[in-house]
Parts: sequence; C-alpha cells; structure tokens
Amino acid sequence: MTYAYYPGCSLKGTAIDYHTSALALAERLGIELKEMEDWVCCGASPIHQRNPALASGVANLLLSLSEGISKDVAVLCAACYHNMKKAEVEMREDGKKRNEVEELSGIPFNPEVRTRHFLDILDKDYGLNALKEKVVKPLSELRVACYYGCLLSRPPEIAFDDPEQPMIMERILEAAGAETVSWSHRLECCGASHAVPLTDAVLRLVNDVLASARDAGADIIACACPLCQANLDMRQEGIRAKLGVAHNLPAVYFTQLLGIACGATGKQVMIEKGMVSAVPLLRAKNLL
Amino acid sequence: MKYQIRLSGDEIRLMQEVKARSGVDLAKCYQCGECTAGCPMTPEMDAGPTKTLRLIQLGMEEALFDLNTPWLCASCETCTARCPNDIDIALVMDVVRQMARLKGKKIPVKEPRIFQDVFLKSVENNGRLFEPGMIAFYNLRSGDLFHDVGLGPKMLLKGKLPLLPHTSKNREKLREIFRKAEALEKEAGKKASEEAHDESGH
Repeated sequence: MTYAYYPGCSLKGTAIDYHTSALALAERLGIELKEMEDWVCCGASPIHQRNPALASGVANLLLSLSEGISKDVAVLCAACYHNMKKAEVEMREDGKKRNEVEELSGIPFNPEVRTRHFLDILDKDYGLNALKEKVVKPLSELRVACYYGCLLSRPPEIAFDDPEQPMIMERILEAAGAETVSWSHRLECCGASHAVPLTDAVLRLVNDVLASARDAGADIIACACPLCQANLDMRQEGIRAKLGVAHNLPAVYFTQLLGIACGATGKQVMIEKGMVSAVPLLRAKNLL
Repeated sequence: MKYQIRLSGDEIRLMQEVKARSGVDLAKCYQCGECTAGCPMTPEMDAGPTKTLRLIQLGMEEALFDLNTPWLCASCETCTARCPNDIDIALVMDVVRQMARLKGKKIPVKEPRIFQDVFLKSVENNGRLFEPGMIAFYNLRSGDLFHDVGLGPKMLLKGKLPLLPHTSKNREKLREIFRKAEALEKEAGKKASEEAHDESGH
C-alpha cells in the first residue's frame, strides 16, 4: 500500500506531531506514505477567500505531483484535503471548470487522481479488522470526543462519510479499544485561522467546543486537522485568562492515539508537544 | 405605496456580477434564514449571511461593502451544506471579498484582510507558508505588535515553530499561477460588469 503523501505546511511546522505520529502509525500498519517532491502550500482558506479560481489552480498543481507514486494522494490536514478534493471533484464533474483550471495552472488534470484523507484510507483501504489486529495496547477506558470540525465534510460533495453525522473517527478509535462520547459540537467550527485576526471570536468558539466535550464526559479530544488541534489546545490558556474557564482538556491527533494503541511510544508520536499535556491522563490509563 | 422594491435596471447588476464571478444565482434565495441559523460567527457579525444575500438581491452595493459579515466568515461552509436551495453561500462570501478588493472598497474590519494578505504573501515568497514570518508581518501590519506574543516562546520550546522557511522547486510555478489568476480576475470583472450592463437593459 503506497500513497502519494502531501503533508502541507502545518505538518512541517506547528503540527509536526501530526506528521510524525501519522508516519509512525503508517509504518506499524505497513502503509507507505511517500512524500511528493517539491510540493507547495495549498493556500488553505485565505487562497479561496481572495480568489476561488486561484485555489483550484494551485490544487491542480498539487494533484499533478502525485504522478509516478500513486493515483491516491494521502492528506492529513483538513484544509489541504478540502482545497484539493473540492478542485478534484469540480474538475471531474464539470468540463468547463476543468478547462478553466487546466488553462490557469498550465497542467492537465488526471481524472484518475483521488484526494484521500488518512481517516478514509484507514477505514476503506486498510480496514478496521486489519487495524484491530495491529492493536497491542487497547485504548480502554479512554473516553474520546472525536472532533471533525468543518473542512473534512463540507461541502457535502467532498465528504467521505455522512456529512452531517460522520462516525468514521469513532469507528476507527473504537476499533483501537477507545470509548467514544456522543457530543453536540463535533462538527462546529473552531474559528480556524481567525485565531490570529479575530482571537476573541475564536476563544468563544473554542470554549463552546471544549465545554461540550467536557459535559459529555470526554477525557480527551481527538482531532484530524492541524488548525483544530492548535486552537483547541493552545487557546485554553487564553480562555482561562479572558473567559475565566479552566478546561484543562487535552486535544491530540487521532494518529497519536492510534499510534500508541499500535505500540508506538509517546516519544514516537510526539505526545509531549501538546500545551495541555495528555501525558498524565495517558499514564493514568497505563497507555504510556 | 411607501416602499417599493425595484428589481430591474441598475438594481440587478450586483446580482449579475456575483453570478458571473461565482456561477451562483441569488434569485434562488428565498430568505429562509437557515444559513444564519447555523453560522458560528453571527455573534460578531453585523448582518449575517441571510441579510447579506438580500442586499445583493436588491443591488445595494454600498450597504453590502459596508458590512463586516463577509470578512468575518470563517469559511466553515455550514451555510453551503445546509442551504435548501443549494446556494454556495460561502463561495458568495469569497466573491464579495474579492469584489471589494478589486473595486478598492474600504473594508470595515481590517484584520482578516491583513491576515489574508500576509498569509498569501508568505506562500508566494517561499512556495510554502512560513508561520513565524507570517505572524511577524501580521503584527507589523496590524499594529498589534504583541499579538499572541506569549504563545511564540512556548511554541518554540515545544519545537513547534520552524526557524527557517522551507522552500520548493515549484515556487516559480506557483507564482506563475498567482500572476495568471490575478490577470484573469481583473478581466472577469470587466466582462461581468459589461454583461450585467447589457442584461440590465442599458
């Protein structure tokens, strides 16, 4: 199983723990994530907020870099996934759009190429039964709130599970022995990159998400997006200072939890990177 | 009749221009309010998406570009996913931001626009986003020099901030796409306003 891997910028910087844990997990599962050469930034949300056509043009360039590796492009970041999948689906379904994007990027679109989120790869290609066989340290007694945020399932055309009620992350983490909680804010927006220009709004949104997870009895939040994780983790201090609420609820990547379940050490999944440390909790559950 | 809504002539030009740029026909919006009901940013917004779309329908260009709503949109696409008439509302917000920039409109809330600019500048310069550089430029441009300054050292200690930008051999290719897209959007603006002019009966 070899995939053309597109990490994107965050995974080489603020989300280095997502990148490292995904590779550690993939290695244990026998999945090869072969990094595409000379990739560039997808532009995340700012690129389509400036010019929607520009976003598709850059996405087409990125899709073309998978040539020679695999027609399946493995992506971990929700914003990268969103931009690439959206452009891919539009080009496949709309000939006029395809011509425009090909013209703008100067690159032919290969309709065989598929943008795949790693969650989808684990669920559909690898399979939960095979995953279960690799679990050596079940995440038992760990109550996980699976957080999807926005861009994995919106617009519905790009979703790989029910766009309003996805359960894919729950299925996967339950296969690794975790208990998942039912909660209200799993698809609510964290404010994403508004964390920089509109910090107060993001504190409000993140506070709501954390409170919802806490009320549902979660010990920890699992994320599948670098911006979601950054906001949920790093903004807890701001929430304590400005809103007077102390959540102290760790938010980690699903790949970190799965990596540990499959036998990776805390260091191998960079579990120590979180601002709100998950280490005491995972130790208490005998997972570290 | 005290108030009269005219939907002919000049009034439909704005809706035509939005349609030319986005492919979205806002005549389909019947103002049900589903988009605003699900929007996470409404507490900070002055109008919310439903009223924003109404202003476009009514051709109220000045009022539209005075709104903070399009600039506070977080692009979460909840509105787009839930619209009963399949209107891509998030795309309309993108296009309103784009039109405001191309028309040189004064933007009522400057920070999101500064963020967009410094983010894309960093991408254009390096091929990849350089997060620390981008934040430094953001703080300089916004005048909020110490914004999030407490987070920087903590992230450095955690090894979450790269010290040098990564670059890519495809940086030139990326820049070429940026340049071409910029030329095309200007051309599209001219074409859209001409078409809207023709269709509005002038």
